[in-house]
Amino acid sequence: MDLYEHDAKRIFSKYGIPVPAGDLVTDARQAGEIAAKLGHVAIKAQVLAGGRGKAGGILTAATPQEAVQKAERIMGMSIKGLTVKKLLVEEYKKPEKEMYIGITIDRKARSPVFIAATEGGVDIEEIAKSSPEKIFRTHINPLTGIHDYQVRSVAYLLGRADSASISNLVRKLYMIFTDHDCMLAEINPLVRTSGAFYALDAKMVIDDNSLFRQEFAQEEEDELSALAKQHGMSYVGLDGDIGCMVNGAGLAMATLDMIEQHGGRPANFMDVRAGADEEQIRTALQIVSANKNVKVIIINIFGGLTRCDEVARAIAGREIKIPLVIRLAGTHEEEGRKILSDHGISMAMSTQEVARRAVELGHTH
Amino acid sequence: MGILINKNTRVLVQGITGHEGSFHTAQMKEFGTDVAGGVTPGKGGSEVFGIPVFDSVKEAVEEVDPDATVVFVPPRFTADAIFEAIDSEIELIVCITEGVPVHDMMRICAYLEGSSSRLIGPNCPGITTPGGSKAGIMPNPIHLPGNIGLVSRSGTLTYEIIDLLSKGGLGQSTSVGIGGDPIIGTSFVEILNLFEEDPATHAVVLVGEIGGTAEQDAIDFIEAMSKPVIAYVVGVSAPPGKTMGHAGAIVSKGGGTAREKIQAFESAGIMVGNSPEDIVNKLKNIVII
Repeated sequence: MDLYEHDAKRIFSKYGIPVPAGDLVTDARQAGEIAAKLGHVAIKAQVLAGGRGKAGGILTAATPQEAVQKAERIMGMSIKGLTVKKLLVEEYKKPEKEMYIGITIDRKARSPVFIAATEGGVDIEEIAKSSPEKIFRTHINPLTGIHDYQVRSVAYLLGRADSASISNLVRKLYMIFTDHDCMLAEINPLVRTSGAFYALDAKMVIDDNSLFRQEFAQEEEDELSALAKQHGMSYVGLDGDIGCMVNGAGLAMATLDMIEQHGGRPANFMDVRAGADEEQIRTALQIVSANKNVKVIIINIFGGLTRCDEVARAIAGREIKIPLVIRLAGTHEEEGRKILSDHGISMAMSTQEVARRAVELGHTH
Repeated sequence: MGILINKNTRVLVQGITGHEGSFHTAQMKEFGTDVAGGVTPGKGGSEVFGIPVFDSVKEAVEEVDPDATVVFVPPRFTADAIFEAIDSEIELIVCITEGVPVHDMMRICAYLEGSSSRLIGPNCPGITTPGGSKAGIMPNPIHLPGNIGLVSRSGTLTYEIIDLLSKGGLGQSTSVGIGGDPIIGTSFVEILNLFEEDPATHAVVLVGEIGGTAEQDAIDFIEAMSKPVIAYVVGVSAPPGKTMGHAGAIVSKGGGTAREKIQAFESAGIMVGNSPEDIVNKLKNIVII
């Protein structure tokens, strides 16, 4: 899960990484009160999307009146489909120098990698492509943590004169990264202003698998994904009209691909996960059919721990009117088939067939 | 033959008394796996289907000397279970558990280096050598002994492919699910290497997904192999920035799309199937059964 800038900054601040003084507001008028205290301020849209500056979601204001005007302009605007409901109003820091530091996970090396660049405030992936020589990388052994020599090499790169303060920031960022099970912990830009360093922006992405030991409230963008997650399932809304309910992420992706191969458009991705029971299948059907675009629903189960008879019972007892195309295979397949045929429901024999039949059915409805 | 496990492999089950652990222990036994023992801390001295349960892996090693262990322990305790298996020098560790934190996996993988253990998974369906042994959760009836090696990042999709291969008369030497997480114990290349050296394997099916570059990383090795490899990559329709079920299955700004992977295979001259049926058909043309 991604953290909002203001949440990440609160964590940075707790660890002693300096961030500009500021506060979160939900009402544009409050921006004036904060500006009255802080003077020149930056007003920043709090949405979980990149490119906020380009979209006009970050503005500065010299007076409280201007702060209110600018805050009104940003509040409620849409950035990459997300409505701005919260603003971070903080002391404006004029950067003398902008840099980048961040830690992410290198899947191939199976370890954290510390990344630093002498340029900041821009997209680090862009720099990586256009001028890779400007980017410094060092892999960290997860059993030992970051070594002093690695810390020094980052500090010397970013500013010999300030190496003590930079080393301090590097160590703290690594502590944040490990303490919070981060997939990414990033300061972009890290700025130097009047001899001091500040994290002007803060980004943290937390590993969803770690949430049993991390105290972050999960915030889903949409209700259906949130509902699915509550029930241990995974749902991603798409823009087609064929609803999908599949066990297993790979099989679910294969099902979507085959729908497109047959000329159809999937309405969603859904992995009901292994071991789904009757109750869970019923909930999954409700979630998939809640999307008003859905004309037909595919149920594609290859049961290991999931039992076909339980799935069949949930289908037989359904209340929705949307036509279903079903394929059940694996554990208790025969029992499942019998329950469905007793209810006059036929079954496809493969993912290929279920996709083809759903696309045909979608065209006739 | 086949790779990693055979009928003589003695299997331990960590988390044997849990819901999934006990269900799949029964399934493995039915398949013909020699399940030698189980571990659940605090339940030592009891039995599951006549199989002795121990409090620790160390005790199990002393009493029943397993060659492999299958881990069903919940995510909160998975890392500890794997460290315990590594310290007990169990050669093969198969981790079925889904939802292991990535930071735990980085520490485990660093710890594995220099150890005598190999880890398959996590978040995987395990290994099946038809006619020999099963260490994992693949459904029993779908397999057929034969000469096709299968290596996959998926779970249920793997079952569908195995099922179609078997129905098409193409038996398998061994099927291996390496897991759908961003960080896993054993890569495509390591499994391909075992298949290349296995005389019972004549051709290999590789099933990939969106996210990361594990598929591209295997290309150089595949090009140098003497056996034909056919690849299948799912997630062509996946939108960027959304996690498609598996923690590892996400198209990010850095790449990892299904199209990139398919193009990389094709431009290296590696055969690509566009559906499980297509894989079976293409295989039938190249393999002499």
